[in-house]
Amino acid sequence: MAMQEGSIVVKVCMGTGGIAAGGAAVVSAFREEFESAGVRASVEKNCSVHNVGCRGFCARDVLVDVIVGGEKTTYEYIKSDMVPRIVEEHILQGRPIEEWVVKEDYHTFHEKQVKVVLSDCGEVDPEDIESYVGRGGYSALEKVLATMTPEETIGLIKDSGLRGRGGAGFPAGLKWEFARKAAGEPKYLICNADEGDPGAFMDRSIIEGNPHSVIEGMVIGAYAIGARKGYVYIRAEYPLAVERLQIALDQARRRRVLGDDIGGRGFDFDIRIKLGAGAFVCGEETALIASIEGNRGMPRAKPPFPAQKGLWGKPTVINNVETLANVPYIVRNGAGWFAQFGTEKSKGTKVFALTGKVKNSGLIEVPLGISLREIIYDIGGGIEGGRRLKAVQTGGPSGGCITNEMIDIAVDYESLAKAGSIVGSGGMVVMDETDCMVNIAKYFLEFTQAESCGKCVPCRIGTKRLLEILQRITDGRGRPGDVELLEKLSNDVRSASLCGLGQTAPNPVLSTLRYFRNEYEAHIHEKRCPAGVCKNLLTYSILEEFCKGCTMCARVCPAGAIVGEKKKPHKIIEEICVKCGACFEICKFKAVKKG
Amino acid sequence: MVSITIDGRRVKVREGATILQASRENDIYIPTLCDDPRLEPYGGCRLCLVQIKGMARPVTACTTPVSEGMIVETTNDEIEDLRRTIVELLLSDHPNDCMVCEKAGDCTLQELAYFYNIRKNRFYGERRQYAERDGNPFIERDMEKCILCGKCVRVCSEVQGVSAIEIAYRGFSAKVCPPFEKDLDCEFCGQCVSVCPTGALMGKLSMGKGRQKDIEKVESVCPYCGCGCNITLHVARNEVIRVSSRPDSLNEGWLCVKGRFGFKFNSSPDRLKHPLIKRNGRFEEASWDEALDYVAQRLGEIKDRYGADAIAGLSSARCTNEENYLFQKFMRAAVGTNNVDHCARY
Repeated sequence: MAMQEGSIVVKVCMGTGGIAAGGAAVVSAFREEFESAGVRASVEKNCSVHNVGCRGFCARDVLVDVIVGGEKTTYEYIKSDMVPRIVEEHILQGRPIEEWVVKEDYHTFHEKQVKVVLSDCGEVDPEDIESYVGRGGYSALEKVLATMTPEETIGLIKDSGLRGRGGAGFPAGLKWEFARKAAGEPKYLICNADEGDPGAFMDRSIIEGNPHSVIEGMVIGAYAIGARKGYVYIRAEYPLAVERLQIALDQARRRRVLGDDIGGRGFDFDIRIKLGAGAFVCGEETALIASIEGNRGMPRAKPPFPAQKGLWGKPTVINNVETLANVPYIVRNGAGWFAQFGTEKSKGTKVFALTGKVKNSGLIEVPLGISLREIIYDIGGGIEGGRRLKAVQTGGPSGGCITNEMIDIAVDYESLAKAGSIVGSGGMVVMDETDCMVNIAKYFLEFTQAESCGKCVPCRIGTKRLLEILQRITDGRGRPGDVELLEKLSNDVRSASLCGLGQTAPNPVLSTLRYFRNEYEAHIHEKRCPAGVCKNLLTYSILEEFCKGCTMCARVCPAGAIVGEKKKPHKIIEEICVKCGACFEICKFKAVKKG
Repeated sequence: MVSITIDGRRVKVREGATILQASRENDIYIPTLCDDPRLEPYGGCRLCLVQIKGMARPVTACTTPVSEGMIVETTNDEIEDLRRTIVELLLSDHPNDCMVCEKAGDCTLQELAYFYNIRKNRFYGERRQYAERDGNPFIERDMEKCILCGKCVRVCSEVQGVSAIEIAYRGFSAKVCPPFEKDLDCEFCGQCVSVCPTGALMGKLSMGKGRQKDIEKVESVCPYCGCGCNITLHVARNEVIRVSSRPDSLNEGWLCVKGRFGFKFNSSPDRLKHPLIKRNGRFEEASWDEALDYVAQRLGEIKDRYGADAIAGLSSARCTNEENYLFQKFMRAAVGTNNVDHCARY
């Protein structure tokens, strides 16, 4: 968007995080204030409020940029009732409100990041194609159509080293080449926006924040492989993304960067949205194809690979949202520019969803090869409450954990695989010493077990039995031999399952067994949960020497399990205690012992 | 033709064949539960996992096409270990009531449990339990015994073109059922029953009528229509209790509802076993010679007295084409009338 000198622009984060924190109310508050304060009349300057997509730091939402005369001030934790003061003091009187301005860690959060796919998120208005075009959007498409052959386009992507960002990390250019060379017409290009890992929302944020980058990437990809029809397979649970994508598609057709005779250069390509019903397995490409064809979303054996026989039996390329969103930037800036980021085999940047016990949770984009330490401590701001890092689960439920000792590991495809985990779609869950690793494995398995399609035996029944074993271990009913049984069954499920879901479902179990076997054994043999998480294995008691008899614990106990006279040491009756931990939380004298 | 090596044997197989087909053609046994050569490969049961040299993980023989020079191992300790795990997992979610199961003796899962000598199962836990029973007249559906091989779903869609059933729900709760879990309301061709490897789908008419050892199998031809499907009558205590058809028959083992379930007339006391001639207002048993002579005599008399057009002939769809041809020829040439028609027109 062209900014006139002296103009006033307010940008409000309207990603899902922003909206959840009250972004819509903030936008209308600004509009109302401008109206009633007569900003336009009194200041005689252009003044507009823009909705922008996610900028990553969701923990600080609603984030608001106020740009006065080119000078940008970012506010955090903004609510609609704070807007009048911003308009009054900052916009009318020119005095930014210091206490609401983002602090130092907002900048450190961004410093180590390198933004490629997210570079325009939070800057462009996702519902206005001109805003994207104003920042160079669709120039890559123009360049490709005007000056490059499909083969040259594929060559460029191959040279850039771009690998699939959906999980498997297959070289994107190679995939395009297979489909280009495959016999069969018509060919299809599918954008996989069926993001399903718990806690992962990078694809959603890209589509919500900059849908045109995905569309442009798709048109370029379609030109390269020779497809004339494309689909975006997107979860129906992403209503905002679907809406913005639909608006973007309509605008793109009107601007003739999509549809028949694109840019007047005789290339036809159109995109349809196909809504998924929220089945995790439909992120698997053969299941996704089955779903588009109107069948039950179940995977089939590969080969044949979709590049040979995909949608309706025709050559099909399926690329993840983030992969496609990288394409316009690579074309615009060159393969060498992209390849400068990352490592030898893992080029470019990757978006991660940083969550868990880390101070700054949110969406981050970093060059591949960055150390996990930099992500957790420099960008993430370290562990909440100053506790000790225990492990980081990467790659979502299909991934594995990286321990505190391995914190200097480079975050790239090869290094993580060597450590028994994966980059995956980019989930990153940080765990500290208060997390029980058996419980964590159980959590992820609960998810994959429920999301198994049921087609193949090892995944359908095997993951169920794995979960049951984990359940009995955390319940304190674990038996000698359970660890070995878990390991054996995990390996069998991994080897025998039909698709990636089953083949990777045991990974959280195997990797926690690899690094935290002692925790499993403590649960089974000593009936003890070292992290103090598993309720059935916990006992609470009061240390007489510390107890002042303040009665607080007895008052908060929901079960009436604490007895004792005022100013005399109290006692917990174990048979009545429900192990809720309320006494432990409330005691000011650290007299309640957990363990 | 391509050359491949299976278990150390060099064999030539046709291009495009799967490893499973190639193995079967060369009498190499690979266990399966979800495969049926007449249906599209599925790859669900995972029992046919084999190791291909140079590949990291085992692949399913039923879905993997052969390629020149491929070296396949259909059995080794690792593969048998995986198969054993799969059978144990299946049995851990199965009623295991073989003692009273109708399918006992003809059940692939039972056979595999025997083959792998599974007495003690390493795995145990929740078992699917379904209280409701399907109220349809022909097909007993016991979904607790279902192993989700999907053969019934595929035969219903691929062969019969009906798609009356599909897999619903996810993961451990996955279940084959008609839409909205209503009672089955289809053609009742029973192809699903014929392909089911376990006791999940059984013909209601045969329930409790006899164990496998009591059954004598009699090859016959279906009397219902001119197709003449080959059928196998399952006879116990001189009563037909079930009809099946061999996959190597001309009708590839497929039957319709009449052929498969319409066998009760066979033992009906009302069934006509001799020609009857009405004399003095009552039907009396007669020999075939007697009956045919009587018909010939009466047709002649009627034709002489009223003319040939006073006679009409109605033929049956249960006759063959040849029989129907002969019948119209008889009416036109011998009787001399064009008054001939066929029940299929009504």
